[in-house]
Amino acid sequence: MTALGALLVRDMRLSIRIGGGALMGVLFFLIVVTLTPLAIGPDLALLARIGPAILWLGALLASLLTLDRLLSADHDDGSLDLVLMGRAPLELAVVTKALAHWLTTGLPLVIAAPVLGLFLNLSPAAIGAVMLTLLVGTPALTCTGLIGAALAVALRRGGLLLPVLVLPLTVPVLVFGVSAANAAVVGPVPFGTPFTILCAVTLVGLVVGPFAAAAALRHGME
Amino acid sequence: MPLIDLANPTRFLNLSGKLLPWLAAATAIAFAVGSVQVAGAPDDYQQGATAKIMFVHVPNAWLAMFVWVVMSAAALGTLVWRHPLADVAAKAAAPLGAAFTFIALVTGSLWGRPMWGTYWVWDARLTSVLVLFLMYLGLIALWRTVDDPSRAGRAAAILTLVGAINLPIIKFSVDWWNTLHQPASVFRAGGPTMSASFLVPLLVMALAFTLLFLTLHLAAMRNEILRRRVRTLQMMQAQSAVGA
Repeated sequence: MTALGALLVRDMRLSIRIGGGALMGVLFFLIVVTLTPLAIGPDLALLARIGPAILWLGALLASLLTLDRLLSADHDDGSLDLVLMGRAPLELAVVTKALAHWLTTGLPLVIAAPVLGLFLNLSPAAIGAVMLTLLVGTPALTCTGLIGAALAVALRRGGLLLPVLVLPLTVPVLVFGVSAANAAVVGPVPFGTPFTILCAVTLVGLVVGPFAAAAALRHGME
Repeated sequence: MPLIDLANPTRFLNLSGKLLPWLAAATAIAFAVGSVQVAGAPDDYQQGATAKIMFVHVPNAWLAMFVWVVMSAAALGTLVWRHPLADVAAKAAAPLGAAFTFIALVTGSLWGRPMWGTYWVWDARLTSVLVLFLMYLGLIALWRTVDDPSRAGRAAAILTLVGAINLPIIKFSVDWWNTLHQPASVFRAGGPTMSASFLVPLLVMALAFTLLFLTLHLAAMRNEILRRRVRTLQMMQAQSAVGA
């Protein structure tokens, strides 16, 4: 367990310090959300209506941006080989890396969402709903991305491929995340219905992601 | 004959070479019979002659999912048994599956225009099939990114198995959500709801398209084996040129 703890602390330190991409995702999120009203026009009623969708799309793209950092830096300096050869089960090691990645790139997106929600004229209830759905949904995005990152790191020149492989798999998270956030604002479905499905999607992602990523690493690195 | 005997590519080439003309002939006959039956099928009492798009649309939609099942089986063959022909089968199937999915989408939207009044709606069935199409394209992109076929094969196998989660979503999307797309009317509990005058031509056309897939798949697998041989020969030649 201590090895995994050390891995968690190390990964978080690396991503917070110089050269890590911890706040890059939030910055990108901010830029995307700023650009959208410029493209759509400053119609506050319209922005309030589509605000949850904009926030979700921005968070999705921002989480995609930092995915490349999840495994490829460790692959470049060789520490990924140490993780592979280490005594800790690879699935757990991969979960630990994903957790560190989520804490440094996913959680800041959730925290930044209320501020950006103000830009989009969202009501407090809508902001709460978006935050809650992002809090539940972003781990699923990280776990789906984990599969893509593991596949991309096992192949050379995989970085370009990463978004193409990952984005189709994130469709359920996006659909139920946005529909739950919208249900809280306009209805007609109660918030709980899409939200529980979102929780289920996240749980499935948490189970499937690490195993698939570990398999991809094992098969790709040998 | 056990599947492992086919692991020898030369034996596979011999057998498939003998099988291929028969399969092609069977495909041609099935299409001929199917076309006659489709021409003889009555017009729908509501939709008129446009209902005949169904005889192309439905078989292609079935095959779009069936090809992913074939690729998933091949992916298991790659990862579990390391069957040397499994990743050849998976690679050859991906463009075919993408083509069937594309035809299903195009014929569906052509059918939707007169019936629903629009080429496209974002309902669950259409969206999940579109996602399936995107996943086929991603898989093809993956095959085209990596130069070492066996390494690409294992990566593609994992992605195929993860993507297989989408299949039940497509199959049951019309039952889970109230969609504009009609619910299943052939493979359902309680038997088909379709009259025999439509069902028989539909099943014949489905058989014809499945035979077409098998023929094209075998041919594409043969091409892929030969392509890999050429690649190996070229690499050996380059190596000996350096050594000399």
